[in-house]
Amino acid sequence: MRRCEMVSIGAGPAGLAGAIEAARNGVEVVAFDENERPGGQLFKQIHKFFGSSVHQAGVRGFNIGNSLLDEARKLGVEVSLKSVVLGIYENNVMNVMIRDKIEQVKAERILVATGASENMIPFPGWTLPGVIGAGAAQTMANLHGIRPGKRLLMVGSGNVGVVVAYQMLQAGCEVAAVIDAAPKIGGYGVHAAKVARHGVPFLMSHTMKGAHGKEKVEKATIIQVDEKWKPIPGTEKSFDVDTICIAVGLNPMNKLVRMSGCKTVYVPVLGGLIPAHNPNQETSIPGVYVAGDVSGIEEASTAIIEGRIAGLAIANSLDYLDEGPFIEQRNQQFQNMEGLRSGSHGDARSKAKEYLNAVMKG
Amino acid sequence: MSQELSTSGYLSEEELKDSPGIPSEARRKKGPVAVIECTEDIPCNPCEASCKVGAISVGEDITNLPHLDEDKCVGCRTCVPACPGQAIFMVDENIGEGKATVTFPYEFMSLPEKGQTVSALDRSGKELGDAVVVGVRKTEKMDQTSLVTIEVPREWSMKARGFRFKK
Amino acid sequence: MRIDEHPILGTFDKGKKVQFTFDGRVMEGFEGEPVAVALRSNGVLVHRYTTRRNEPRGVFCAIGRCTDCIMVVDDVPNVRTCVEPLKEGMVIHTQVGKGPEMSE
Repeated sequence: MRRCEMVSIGAGPAGLAGAIEAARNGVEVVAFDENERPGGQLFKQIHKFFGSSVHQAGVRGFNIGNSLLDEARKLGVEVSLKSVVLGIYENNVMNVMIRDKIEQVKAERILVATGASENMIPFPGWTLPGVIGAGAAQTMANLHGIRPGKRLLMVGSGNVGVVVAYQMLQAGCEVAAVIDAAPKIGGYGVHAAKVARHGVPFLMSHTMKGAHGKEKVEKATIIQVDEKWKPIPGTEKSFDVDTICIAVGLNPMNKLVRMSGCKTVYVPVLGGLIPAHNPNQETSIPGVYVAGDVSGIEEASTAIIEGRIAGLAIANSLDYLDEGPFIEQRNQQFQNMEGLRSGSHGDARSKAKEYLNAVMKG
Repeated sequence: MSQELSTSGYLSEEELKDSPGIPSEARRKKGPVAVIECTEDIPCNPCEASCKVGAISVGEDITNLPHLDEDKCVGCRTCVPACPGQAIFMVDENIGEGKATVTFPYEFMSLPEKGQTVSALDRSGKELGDAVVVGVRKTEKMDQTSLVTIEVPREWSMKARGFRFKK
Repeated sequence: MRIDEHPILGTFDKGKKVQFTFDGRVMEGFEGEPVAVALRSNGVLVHRYTTRRNEPRGVFCAIGRCTDCIMVVDDVPNVRTCVEPLKEGMVIHTQVGKGPEMSE
């Protein structure tokens, strides 16, 4: 059985940031990631980030990803790719499938940073080729350099929907419309404005009625909904599209934490079932920490800060980082986080996180 | 978020008037000036950080809307590619002959050419009419955000926010 | 379908051009890219037909999680083509239902 001091499950922004802070203080870290490339969703983000200079505002997502990777490598973090953590068992023992072989790994501390998966809405025709997740559209265009289709309909106006709609325009696709069953656009106004200025209509209070086509998507029909979310007959509209992107929310990939037995709480504003954790990001299982979307759907910048907090806490708990400097650096991260969890978009998340911390206390 | 922006995706001119980043008509007539169309309390301040003359202030609480000191602004356009939300434009209503120029951030494949005639669009993507491209700028510091300047009739200075190639 | 030059990302690093077959037809793609991408660049969107209702399916999540994109690759069924790297001479078939039985 392999033994290491810290394992990051997931080498996305949260997992890497945690690995970096711990490694910087001398902790021996291995990051396992099931994908062929590290960085999680960060490398698909081609827009400039918001926030302030401490959050690397103005830097494009993939450049932030590259600098995290560089830093991790320089600090000697081992990034093991095509490595799926199959389970977390008692005493922080994990079964990890590395390519085709299964290894047992025991870690003193585990940081679960497994991110999130996309929600779905079923509708007639949703299984037709051409109906894809918004993440899939991003992956195709920004990682593999191929347009998902010629003309698409975006379902969902949260930040994922409006950001991906813009990325599709940049990739050379046409966007027929952005629809959302809610009455208001969920994402940032400026993200929506970037898309609207290209003549893309935003149709609020509309949902998918059906996707049509022989063997693949050729047409999408939408229908208006009333304030009780009920479709209003006679309000159908159709678009000639070959692609329908679904961007209706993310939910934490929490199977590992649930398996480890840690306390979870259902928090809708954070995307679903969330592992309760204290301000140091530690769950109810001693030695198991969480950071990033798995601990609540937020953003890449908050994922990085949560990762750093967990990494510092881990280094402190393993006696690599003394209490004084730990509190100082952690408080700096708390301060950086405050900015991001404020304003009308951030307030609700801030309160939700406080609730999670409170649940931990009992 | 304002009513129009949250349902249609674009700001109406009415909603803009109260924003602290919008310069007065008097200032726009004097020469090039920034127009910051940022109306939502998102934590963000690269505009403030980018301005070399201190004309943009957000302050310690980074959810504050950026405030433009129109007298300090010299119209250097540094803030235009710095805004991650592409919400800053440069407007010059002092070029004479009833015309104005509008500079906006541009992140698409085919860059227009100086002298080319394009269709100017308003915030909703609706065509306003023809406009001539009078400037195209791309530097490494802008990190893939080019600046495109079009010449439009002065009445469009606070309307034109994009363009489309003519077929 | 392929993006020759992207306004932010520039050109994409691709391996060398290779040939493969899909349902007997010879096609071209880049070595190392996902099979699904090579297929899509050749206009192929239908990857399989479902067991019970014989309905067409293709790429959905594009990151190897949903298994909607599975096909028979070099006689092996249920291969997730959105993460399987393309190799020279690969033989790819539309998967019908559960695919061919594997020999012992």
